[in-house]
Amino acid sequence: MSIVVKNLKHIYMPKTPFEKEALKGINLEIEKGDFAAIIGKTGSGKSTLIQHFNGLLLPTEGEVNIDGVAVTKKNLSDIRKKVGFVFQYPEHQLFEDTVFKDIAFGLKRFKLSEEEVKEKVYSAAKLVGLDESLFERSVFELSGGEKRRVAICGVLVLAPSYLLLDEPASGLDANGRREMLSLLNKLNNSGVTVILVSHSMDDVAEYAKRVTVINDGLVALDGTPEEVFSKRDLLRSMDLDVPEVTGMFMDFSEKSGIPLPTVVKKEQGRDLLIKLISEGRFSL
Amino acid sequence: MKISLGRYVPADSLFHRADPRTKIIWTVLMMVLILLCRSWIEYLIAAVFVTGCFIASKVSFKFILQSLKPILILLIFTSLFNFFFYRGETVAFMIGTKPIYYESISMSIKTIVRVVLLIISASLLTYTSSSVSITDGLESLMRPLSVIRVPVHEIAMMMSIALRFIPTFADETDKIIKAQASRGAEFDSKNVFKKIRSYIPVLIPLFIAAFKSAEDMATAMESRCYRGGKGRTRYKILKFSSADIVLTVLTAVFGTAVIVLRFVVKI
Repeated sequence: MSIVVKNLKHIYMPKTPFEKEALKGINLEIEKGDFAAIIGKTGSGKSTLIQHFNGLLLPTEGEVNIDGVAVTKKNLSDIRKKVGFVFQYPEHQLFEDTVFKDIAFGLKRFKLSEEEVKEKVYSAAKLVGLDESLFERSVFELSGGEKRRVAICGVLVLAPSYLLLDEPASGLDANGRREMLSLLNKLNNSGVTVILVSHSMDDVAEYAKRVTVINDGLVALDGTPEEVFSKRDLLRSMDLDVPEVTGMFMDFSEKSGIPLPTVVKKEQGRDLLIKLISEGRFSL
Repeated sequence: MKISLGRYVPADSLFHRADPRTKIIWTVLMMVLILLCRSWIEYLIAAVFVTGCFIASKVSFKFILQSLKPILILLIFTSLFNFFFYRGETVAFMIGTKPIYYESISMSIKTIVRVVLLIISASLLTYTSSSVSITDGLESLMRPLSVIRVPVHEIAMMMSIALRFIPTFADETDKIIKAQASRGAEFDSKNVFKKIRSYIPVLIPLFIAAFKSAEDMATAMESRCYRGGKGRTRYKILKFSSADIVLTVLTAVFGTAVIVLRFVVKI
């Protein structure tokens, strides 16, 4: 059970002067339960790629399989129920007059009883940490962070097994950012496959179990955060970089001559420093 | 980024280099001249001239076909009406008891030729000039009207802002539709009322975005000290070039030919 992408090509506006080949043959497999991050510079094709995962775009060539079923025009409804997609600034898509109605919007077409709808909305709201006292308020009265949680809740209410997110933390303050990412972690621990598109290498390193780098419509690198972020020069040549903490330890290793493993998480860095100092290989 | 509204196709050609004012006047003149055509020889000259202009504009033939598509049905109907109901003098043949005249056959062919020529010449303007340059051209052409207190600059500014935001809102709409589809909205209902209702989740966020953009735009304009057209200088000054002279001379020759044939020779 996984998302399998086979030789995926996508051409925008084919056979016009505006023709653009955004994806040039992507091969990728994302296992169920994974926390995958997709990174790449602006215009690399990463947004185009993930829009294929729930059929918002259909392949010009190649195939996308979700749990063994190819995404086609005919099964979009089923695919979208299985694969949720949270767009960048999802709070811009809120429109109902109350928070409750907005969250329940996606359930409308399933002809559920009022009780069932209520139950689903309550459990989704609990998941994102949204207080029930907000349910009857207008969405436009809420704070930025609350609005975003309502919007994400509106996707989670459909109980997707895959969740795609495009820059879910952008525009949030430090606290909102931390909350958002720990929410994703929580979802992932509860069994949801999370696929995150982000420009923040720090967030990716901190949370993702696997990193895929897209460059110029092709998969350039693919592996664990340690594998991918050990290649600083290559990443820089693609207008990307390593996380702050990784870069810091790389510089430290170069200057001091002490060989160090690739560090991607702040915690790892902290432990490594303690170890170095306690072993006496490095003193302040 | 995926939707191109405004049909400007950048290229380097006689038409692309010509001043938008020349092209606007050219388009109006072409309308008049094509509508003046009566005889086959006049249509032939017009067809040759328009084809020549089309080749000189380097616009792909596919785009012309695209602009003809929406009026195809209208075209078929008018020529059919002409074919069956135009009263001529010489009967060509009979369909049942209905006489079909030579004149009605030629009339229906001429109608098709006329409409096609009109569409091609109008499309050349929009395919070879960006919306910004068309607005600039219109503003410049309408300037004499400011004497009678027509707010020419404001109208032109409104037009160019509106045109500027069409692709922005098209992208925004595309994004909102995708976002709502991702959370379970369905837009393919066969029932018309349901279909209209299903677009509410798109329209409300779109309106909010539009008002927000308008507010931001106003703030941005004010902070750059915009205060209307009075005393305002231009970054891009429209200038006539050799392309305009070539176009003007060729059109003058064509125009004279049509007018002489139509009113002096009267064939």
